[in-house]
Amino acid sequence: MAVNKPGAGKPRGNLPPLELYVPEPQFRPGDTVDYSGLVIPEAGRQPRPDEACAASETRPLCDDMIRVLDAEGRAVGPWDPALDPETLRRMLRAMALTRAFDDRMYRGQRQGKTSFYMKCTGEEATSVASAFALADDDMVFPSYRQQGILITRGFPLVEMVNQIYSNRADRLKGRQLPIMYSARDYGFFSISGNLATQYPQAVGWAMASAIKGDTRIATSFIGEGSSAEGDFHAAMTFAAVYNAPVVLNVVNNQWAISSFSGFAGGERATFAARAIGYGIAGLRVDGNDALAVYAAMQWAANRARANAGPTLIEHFTYRAEGHSTSDDPSAYRSAQEREEWPLGDPIMRLKQHLVALGEWDDERHAAMDLELAEEVKKATKEAEKNGILGHGLHHPFHTMFEDVFEELPWHLEEQAEQAIHERRIKWPSWKEFSK
Amino acid sequence: MRELNMVKAINDALDVMLAVDPDVLIFGQDVGYFGGVFRATDGLQARHGQKRCFDTPIAESGIIATAIGMGAQGLRPVPEIQFADYILPAFDQLVSEAARLRYRSGGEFWAPITVRSPYGGGIFGGQTHSQSPEAIFAHITGLKTVIPSTPYDAKGLLIAAIECDDPVIYLEPKRLYNGPFDGHHDRQLATWAGHPGARVPEGRYTVPLGKAAIVRPGDDVTVLAYGTMVHVALAAVEETGIDAEVVDLRSIVPLDIETIVASANKTGRCVIVHEASRFGGFGGELSSLIQERCFYGLEVPIERVAGWDTPYPHAFEWDYFPGPGRVASALRRVMEND
Repeated sequence: MAVNKPGAGKPRGNLPPLELYVPEPQFRPGDTVDYSGLVIPEAGRQPRPDEACAASETRPLCDDMIRVLDAEGRAVGPWDPALDPETLRRMLRAMALTRAFDDRMYRGQRQGKTSFYMKCTGEEATSVASAFALADDDMVFPSYRQQGILITRGFPLVEMVNQIYSNRADRLKGRQLPIMYSARDYGFFSISGNLATQYPQAVGWAMASAIKGDTRIATSFIGEGSSAEGDFHAAMTFAAVYNAPVVLNVVNNQWAISSFSGFAGGERATFAARAIGYGIAGLRVDGNDALAVYAAMQWAANRARANAGPTLIEHFTYRAEGHSTSDDPSAYRSAQEREEWPLGDPIMRLKQHLVALGEWDDERHAAMDLELAEEVKKATKEAEKNGILGHGLHHPFHTMFEDVFEELPWHLEEQAEQAIHERRIKWPSWKEFSK
Repeated sequence: MRELNMVKAINDALDVMLAVDPDVLIFGQDVGYFGGVFRATDGLQARHGQKRCFDTPIAESGIIATAIGMGAQGLRPVPEIQFADYILPAFDQLVSEAARLRYRSGGEFWAPITVRSPYGGGIFGGQTHSQSPEAIFAHITGLKTVIPSTPYDAKGLLIAAIECDDPVIYLEPKRLYNGPFDGHHDRQLATWAGHPGARVPEGRYTVPLGKAAIVRPGDDVTVLAYGTMVHVALAAVEETGIDAEVVDLRSIVPLDIETIVASANKTGRCVIVHEASRFGGFGGELSSLIQERCFYGLEVPIERVAGWDTPYPHAFEWDYFPGPGRVASALRRVMEND
């Protein structure tokens, strides 16, 4: 035990003792929520600078909030992407399908068909509208809450469920925690549990594209909580230094499990504002406004494609549900937050817009919801034929030892043999049918 | 046949690979215009251009992460970490990402990257310019770890590492860059001139990963070593006059278990030598493997000669560094235990 502990500092005149500030969210369980202090700029008032502008010109947009849909559901202002009704309906459908999928998988977890699930309820626009603005061969380095991108790109729902169930058709061979998808053929990079690692990887992918003279760009998503990781800083630095064709997204859903955004520094500056210090363009966007998300991603993608540099986009939204199936948000935040959230629900707002255009109505919406629920149910049933977690139908056991390296070294061959031997003792009737 | 020192052999390997494979590229701190703090990348930017060999920010995690992203896009990156002591900020990217990418994606993505990093002591490098972290990487499933001891092996192993589609940690014993150091710091330092391992062919050739080399055949005791310790072990063997078989592992992972087991069964005695500290060091794994496989062939307990379990000191360099005297003592001990 150390005997020479450092003593107290010398008193300095009349200075007060130093105080540690620990952030505290505005509302805890049971509190009445009052969002009147939250500044929500009027839709349509944000200027749209040239896509090739100097990064510093975007500084005002980092404290503002790009919004297109007004309170009546009209698309207003220079960021209106003027999408045709058919595209708007497809976007609405992808968002609704994402929500229907989440709802069913959440129930599947509660029914014991899998171990774990994470919904993206309330954040569907951030992924779906982003995917609409990208080319299908642009590479996405997602976090675990961008399932909307896979769904938008047409990745089969059955494949998603197979992964969630870790069954014999799971293309990740039962190795990965549910929702840690990988879909190279859909431009969707393998999801890692380690937060923010994908951010500088996306920058590297974009640098490679530039080195090879390719035309594809990269994009990555993290939550506002993960922006506190060192890899955020590495990504921003490398993106700026090499002018990498990358779009870096921070989905600010206000909560990192139980920690509010203040623990990522959100009380002092917006997450978009971090861009300016790196010399990167920054945009802050209403993340529940699908048209604003689309417009921001389109702006940033065009900028990257024109070799005009990287962009950081903060999507201001709200995590409407628990962090995961292992989380109960009523233990740390007021249930009223979701109800009172001033930016509303992304699906309802796009629906309202289409209705205002005379291109949609309640009946069609209700019919779509029924149809999507049926589509998800069908995919689930189809996937269940391949097995659910813990019910025996999975990849051949030997595959557990494969893909550690390109080829199996001797020690893994030996261990595979030993593990198979142990299984035979445990279950004498078990047959390893592959090898 | 020309003779090259180890730095020039490494430089030659990189030059060859830049020329034969358009997807190979090199980056890291000071590796571009300046040519690296040890001259390993000297002239490469001038010959192959800024897009093939360039400087990076001082951010190890960023260097490895961007390499992983580039690998996923189809390139074959060879990033450098200036000293192995400074590889730790990239540990998350190496362990959680590069090593696991092929496995976790069911083979959809992989990280064909080779991380070059100077390592090891004997240069008065103190705590943060001398460490030997190979055991940390040996424990990580999905990483390969390679350590050369001669210019010939350095070039051949580096080319094999770059061509390998698995992530490889390629540790360069910087003590050997300019000459085959045997631990006799008080004597005239040797250069690579005249050493058979310094004869380096032109062009592309490989030394396979996972293959050890018997650098001195013998019957009495097996000495397992790698990097600088190969030369220290050879000196110790010479001084004791014991007929030891010195095995240069060359690869830590994958490990050439057949060569090790055959030698240990032949001699019945084993001394394991490494610079890295002893507790939890790679010597423990080697010792355990030999014990499991050669138990009935062993005449005496296996000896380990390693760095002490302290951080690498500056003033006590030659008390820490496992020199030929300590290796010779171990050799005599295993022989006396007859």
